[in-house]
Amino acid sequence: MTVTGERLRTGRGLGTSAARPDGVPKVSGTFGFSSDLHADGMVWGHVLRSPHPSARILGVDIGPALAMAGVHAVLTADDVPGTNGFGLEHADQPVFARDVVRFTGEAVAAVAADHPDTARRAAQAIVVHYEPVEPVVDPEAAIVAAPIHPDGNVFRHLVIRHGDIAAEGDVVVEGTYEVGMQDQAFMGPESGLAVPDDVGGVDLYMSTQWLHVDRDQVADCLGLAPEQVRLTLAGVGGAFGAREDVSMQVHICLLALHTGRPVKMVFSREESFLGHVHRHPARMHYRHHATRDGRLVKVEARMLLDGGAYASTSGPVLVNACCFAAGPYHVPNALIEGWAVRTNNPPCGAMRGFGAVQACFGHESQMDRLAAELGLDPVELRLRNAMRTGDCIPTGQVVSGAAPVAELIRTCAAAPLPALDPAPSPMSMPGGSGRAADAGRVRRGVGFAVGFKNLMYSAGFDDFSTARVRLDEGVATVTCAAAEVGQGFVTLAQQIVRDVLGVDEVVVAPAETMTIGSAGSTSASRQTWMSGGAVQGAALAVRARLEAGQTGPIEETYEHHHPPTFPLDDNGQGNAHVSYVFAAHRAVVDVDLDLGLVRVVEIATSQDVGRVLNPVQVVGQIEGGIAQGVGLAVMEEIVLDRGLVRNASFTDYLIPTALDMPTVTVAALIEEPEPGAPFGAKGVGEPPTISSSAAVAAAIRAATGLALPRIPVRPQDIALA
Amino acid sequence: MTFRLTVNGRPRDVEGAWLGESLLYVLRERLGLPGSKNACEQGECGSCSVRLDDRLVCACLVLAAEAQGRSVATVEGLSAGDRTLTDVQQAFLDQGAVQCGFCTPGLVMSVHDLLDRNPAPDELELREAISGNLCRCTGYGRILAAARTVVERRAAATPERELP
Repeated sequence: MTVTGERLRTGRGLGTSAARPDGVPKVSGTFGFSSDLHADGMVWGHVLRSPHPSARILGVDIGPALAMAGVHAVLTADDVPGTNGFGLEHADQPVFARDVVRFTGEAVAAVAADHPDTARRAAQAIVVHYEPVEPVVDPEAAIVAAPIHPDGNVFRHLVIRHGDIAAEGDVVVEGTYEVGMQDQAFMGPESGLAVPDDVGGVDLYMSTQWLHVDRDQVADCLGLAPEQVRLTLAGVGGAFGAREDVSMQVHICLLALHTGRPVKMVFSREESFLGHVHRHPARMHYRHHATRDGRLVKVEARMLLDGGAYASTSGPVLVNACCFAAGPYHVPNALIEGWAVRTNNPPCGAMRGFGAVQACFGHESQMDRLAAELGLDPVELRLRNAMRTGDCIPTGQVVSGAAPVAELIRTCAAAPLPALDPAPSPMSMPGGSGRAADAGRVRRGVGFAVGFKNLMYSAGFDDFSTARVRLDEGVATVTCAAAEVGQGFVTLAQQIVRDVLGVDEVVVAPAETMTIGSAGSTSASRQTWMSGGAVQGAALAVRARLEAGQTGPIEETYEHHHPPTFPLDDNGQGNAHVSYVFAAHRAVVDVDLDLGLVRVVEIATSQDVGRVLNPVQVVGQIEGGIAQGVGLAVMEEIVLDRGLVRNASFTDYLIPTALDMPTVTVAALIEEPEPGAPFGAKGVGEPPTISSSAAVAAAIRAATGLALPRIPVRPQDIALA
Repeated sequence: MTFRLTVNGRPRDVEGAWLGESLLYVLRERLGLPGSKNACEQGECGSCSVRLDDRLVCACLVLAAEAQGRSVATVEGLSAGDRTLTDVQQAFLDQGAVQCGFCTPGLVMSVHDLLDRNPAPDELELREAISGNLCRCTGYGRILAAARTVVERRAAATPERELP
């Protein structure tokens, strides 16, 4: 496998592949992940979850659990001193269900005991009398079904009317597409440690994506002031959106306050699948209008997202799905309508790509359909319509920054195709070590896709970041609450300070809520821009005082805000976004026509990055993001059966292994500096996931000739078609 | 129950354990060795890979009591106490194979195990050998690059043997 375009510059400042400060402890096994925490006298927590997607709770008897030796506390909704509700947008999810449960896995009670197995058995000993209710599991039916929550069944309904919505093209293609429910499947399970203080407060050590918003939600549920909940980031084993929402935070703090002891909790993999939000499943109906020579005239789209039982970030995910529904193209007219709805399926929220992934599968499937209808090459059709700086998206907002879409398409399409192996090893054929494939029935296909999304939060949200830089005796210390989840912000913070202050030794202090303000969430590809900007601002302020002749320790704190954005109006128009990022992917697949097995051979990609700040970290984000895109295309789906999760394990929910993962060829990293971005750099984490799934699906269609309107493409979709 | 394990060459007494505790649990929670990770606890992810008498196993699938009388080697034993990294650990750093790092100890153990058995694996052998270790951050690209780096460095450091 090769990564062309990679530059292994030496040095430690911006633009170099500077080493991670947490690298040595991570390869040595000494890095402290949240599941590695220990405190003297600690006990173990466990949560009892609903086995039903929808049921009334007639009674809860905690007596049998309390009677067990080693059990220190058993808590239910009656024990929540503050608001029995949390949520990123709306506090509509109970800490513990009281009268009803609305999804399989909803928390009903929690136990603290002296051994994790005792805690698990005690939770099983709690007797809950349920009266099952017919679950609402179809998102279309949910729109008109009786409300399953006092807040109703529609989280958000949005209409975007752009240009002449009555316009018609010479050629019209139509399609309905579906995306299954994907899981973030980070490796490090949810885990944390809560330590009570002597005056009613609590110290929480937690793996999370956004410390300050966790703190505020926990304090609200506990009935405490925010400063009584002191959150320190514990080592995070991956996130990808699933740690944006509160999982166990409130439960372990409650248990700690009730027992007066430190409480640790670690989710099993099954609990992890049940206990965090997933990527929204989508149903999308599209109608594209174009001229005979392949210019888009109008895009019509209806986007339906299943948000599951509670709101989480369904509203903003829908805004994204609708804003980016037409793709990175010049689209003069558009009518886009979307719904994000409540069902009794598992709650859905943030996952890498945040609404743009689903939309990309829709618009790119349509572009291929349109190319076929027009007899045009799919790459040529995309080039004819490629968005440029100065074009607007269907919300009427002008894309004023870098939009090198045509260059991405050209460079990616120009990458040499991998050679066909005339005598392939069985291991390198579809089915791999199963050695199932008959080489004569394997077909190769090539597919192409382009996608885009917003950087930072949108629609009026001021997701600022705060950083402090202290310079003392030639050593700089950076304090910032940006959650390091593996992406390498800690490396970048060092690189920035080295460049600005010219010092070599830069210490990155632990992220916490006690001495520094919010850094916003590690999501939306925003920390390089937002917290990178905050660190740069603080370092520049320190440098200014140095240059003014100040001696002794110097400390400066800086709050970085992006330009204001605005909510969409009644026609879905408005300047809702700060900036956009683009990528193109070309997939090559081998498909076994008889067994429906797919081997993804290669993904070539070009990505719009603004400026490469750390080449190895950029490549790591690209390869890792593509792996998640490939997974969604061919294997990853939470299988639901009337609201029950059927595959909550790594035995049954498959993610790509080293044998599944294709060669990744980085055809081009386009460095067109983004106006207004610190260093001109764009976030790089999400684009690799957005269009890679659509490219793989297109390649499978090319190999099989099948319509394949749904991802993941399952073996039966091919073999039984 | 009480028993004695040999971990990283040292005898370690385990006291007050429940019979059902896995080797992973005992290493992490009773012996203060949390380097082996708990990501699935059913042998699917390889994050808890340790060597048991020179065989790579998932510590979550081995009962701790069953490991009596056998030699257990964990990631903590690789650096031999003097904080020098092995060539595999160093190559992971050099090639950017570490992101969140949760899978890293298991993968370091796997790559060591492979290269001890097969000093010159081809691409498929390499991918197959680490296919029992799930990584969600990297897409494996930098991990494979790290393993190839170790192979190259070891080959360069080994004088060519004379043919018999």
